Amino acid sequence: MNRIFMLTAAFAALTLPAAAQEAGEVVMIDRGGWFEDPSRLTQSGGQQVYEAICAACHMPDGEGAVGAGDYPALADNENLMTADYPIYLILQGQKAMPPLGGVLDDTQVADVVNYIRTSFGNDYAEDPATPDSVAAAR
Amino acid sequence: MTFNSQGVSRRSLLSMIGAVAGAGAMYGAMSTMGLAQTSNFAGRLDLQGDAQGTRVLVLGAGLAGMTAAYELRAAGYQVTVLEYREKAGGRCWTLRGGDSYTELGGDTQDVTFAEGNYLNPGPWRIPSDHYAVLDYCKRFGVKLEPFIQVNYNAYLHNSDAFDGQPQRFKEISTDFRGHVAELLAKVVDQQALDADVTEGDAQLLMDALKRYGALNDDMAYVTGEESSAYRGWAVPEGGGTTGKPEPSEVHPLSVILQSNLWRNLTAGDNLHMQSTIFQPVGGMDQIAQAFEREVGDLITFDAKVTRIRHEGDSVTATWVPSGGGDEQTETADYCICTIPFSILGQIDHDFSGRMSGIIDSMYYASSFKCGLEFKRRFWEQDEHIYGGISYTNLPISLISYPSTDYFSDGPGVLLAAYSWGAGSYQFNALPPADRIEAVLDYGSQIHPQYRDEFLSGVSVGWHKVPWVLGCYGIWADREADYMDATVMDGRTLMAGEHISYLPAWMEGAILSALDAVERLHATVTEA
Ligand SMILES: Cc1cc2nc3c(=O)[nH]c(=O)nc-3n(C[C@H](O)[C@H](O)[C@H](O)COP(=O)(O)OP(=O)(O)OC[C@H]3O[C@@H](n4cnc5c(N)ncnc54)[C@H](O)[C@@H]3O)c2cc1C
Repeated sequence: MNRIFMLTAAFAALTLPAAAQEAGEVVMIDRGGWFEDPSRLTQSGGQQVYEAICAACHMPDGEGAVGAGDYPALADNENLMTADYPIYLILQGQKAMPPLGGVLDDTQVADVVNYIRTSFGNDYAEDPATPDSVAAAR
Repeated sequence: MTFNSQGVSRRSLLSMIGAVAGAGAMYGAMSTMGLAQTSNFAGRLDLQGDAQGTRVLVLGAGLAGMTAAYELRAAGYQVTVLEYREKAGGRCWTLRGGDSYTELGGDTQDVTFAEGNYLNPGPWRIPSDHYAVLDYCKRFGVKLEPFIQVNYNAYLHNSDAFDGQPQRFKEISTDFRGHVAELLAKVVDQQALDADVTEGDAQLLMDALKRYGALNDDMAYVTGEESSAYRGWAVPEGGGTTGKPEPSEVHPLSVILQSNLWRNLTAGDNLHMQSTIFQPVGGMDQIAQAFEREVGDLITFDAKVTRIRHEGDSVTATWVPSGGGDEQTETADYCICTIPFSILGQIDHDFSGRMSGIIDSMYYASSFKCGLEFKRRFWEQDEHIYGGISYTNLPISLISYPSTDYFSDGPGVLLAAYSWGAGSYQFNALPPADRIEAVLDYGSQIHPQYRDEFLSGVSVGWHKVPWVLGCYGIWADREADYMDATVMDGRTLMAGEHISYLPAWMEGAILSALDAVERLHATVTEA
């Protein structure tokens, strides 16, 4: 048992990028900054937050997905014209989408809202979300 | 004392039944009166009365839908089931070698596990108080075996405690209990509990604490024979010249407390985890397959329901072949809808405003599972872990060892991650290959053999599952909405795990279907 514990300590020193390199040609996402807190997301910046949580369902390029039901596309989406609507959905959840206000702070929500409103063919840079407007919507 | 509708007290009724019909009948009566059971499964349905050829459309061929189909046909109904997938079972699902799974976004994973190995991406254990599931297993010949929930030799792990080294459950468990018992014994000794405990009881409490905490004759929890008999020895008990054991060092209370490892000590004490619990031999989908053998002839597969309309005394579902193709319709007198609300809210339907609001406000929990296959069962061979679960603060949250085929030489599959919340969101957002890498990284911190022994893996992020879009339904306001969601809306009754107080359990799905069938039958026969 002790032998195993010594080995464990040695392996624990492995950093994520080093382990990812072992996998060979496959290009891995840089997981630096991911999974750092068991109860929250710790990424900062709209794109980083988007890729770590929203992209799972709305897909990396905001194209959404279709199965027995749909995940709406965020690309070219007129519902993003005002910031209030995505803020509301992120905080309250709806249908398959859980409320995410517990794992994202006000700044993360504002950043990701501004990111989706100005990406994927959306051009809604006016009246951006702010941490204050998110706090007010909670 | 509570009274039934005839005004006879429950106990006198029981003694009457006991006197007349013997213990078996008495136990059956106790069960239906709610004294001897915890699931509200009231026994097999025995629907009397003429179904008059009534047509029922069942939407979804998960366990709720198939339970409804089975019971309705038995009662004389004409049943049709529409199912999006190519097979039955819904979330009651198993992935094994040869299977291929395509998630939303298009990533496909081909499972290469050896014969006999599998991952249950969804349900994996059946509590012994889930009487309805167990009864259908018995009825349909699904062979069950024990699922090992608690293993004293598995690990508790916190990357910030004990230098990140995993600790054996039995050590943390014994130390925690011992220290707590010693503290309480001190309080009793100081007569600080006189207001709460009589003198006679205080002596009994001391006896109990000594036994419970493995304390020595001085009522202390210390390194020695008493504690080692529970937490294990430094040098194990043996035979011959080297037979004499050496006690192991107990950890101080503050080390145990600060390790946070006590968090998972009681996981197996939860009502639905208490030994003995079960799994089907060969994978959870044995239950799905058993149901499918019974009602498969009623199911239209690859049928994606896109519209639900009520008109007069009938209900019509429009569907398209899941792979694309022309619209078709199916009309019936009634409908039992088991499509998860995550999807139903997106279907073009004409349910009442109240029902639509409830459907739309239910959101779905995030969950993630990953199965890894290794060349050999190193957890058994190197670490003497036979089944059970290790818990960790890492994003994988736990590792579960197979409860079957112990000591076999071939490759074995671990449930290498089962995550919720923040960890699960991020696993769902990673492509499959990256998930496996992350799970290997984290698991290596508990089992350093991971990298050397790894063969292959498959993972399921439940928000990427095309036919459920999440793990299980969560009510925005259950108190306010639950009963309204059970009401017949037009000609449709809702069923499924989400229409139960056992959400995310197969038992909840089945009980909700049985309840819907009974109410539908009452509506038809009393009409
Ligand atoms: C990660 C996880 C762990 C779990 N662990 C356990 C456990 O250990 N023990 C336990 O008892 N339970 C467990 N459960 C819960 C259990 O799996 C569910 O409660 C149960 O299987 C739900 O059955 P259901 O019939 O209500 O829904 P489902 O099984 O989801 O059935 C719904 C059906 O509807 C179909 N459908 C969806 N959309 C359409 C459409 N548009 N048209 C036609 N058909 C459609 C789906 O394909 C599916 O077959 C777990 C679940 C998950 C996800």
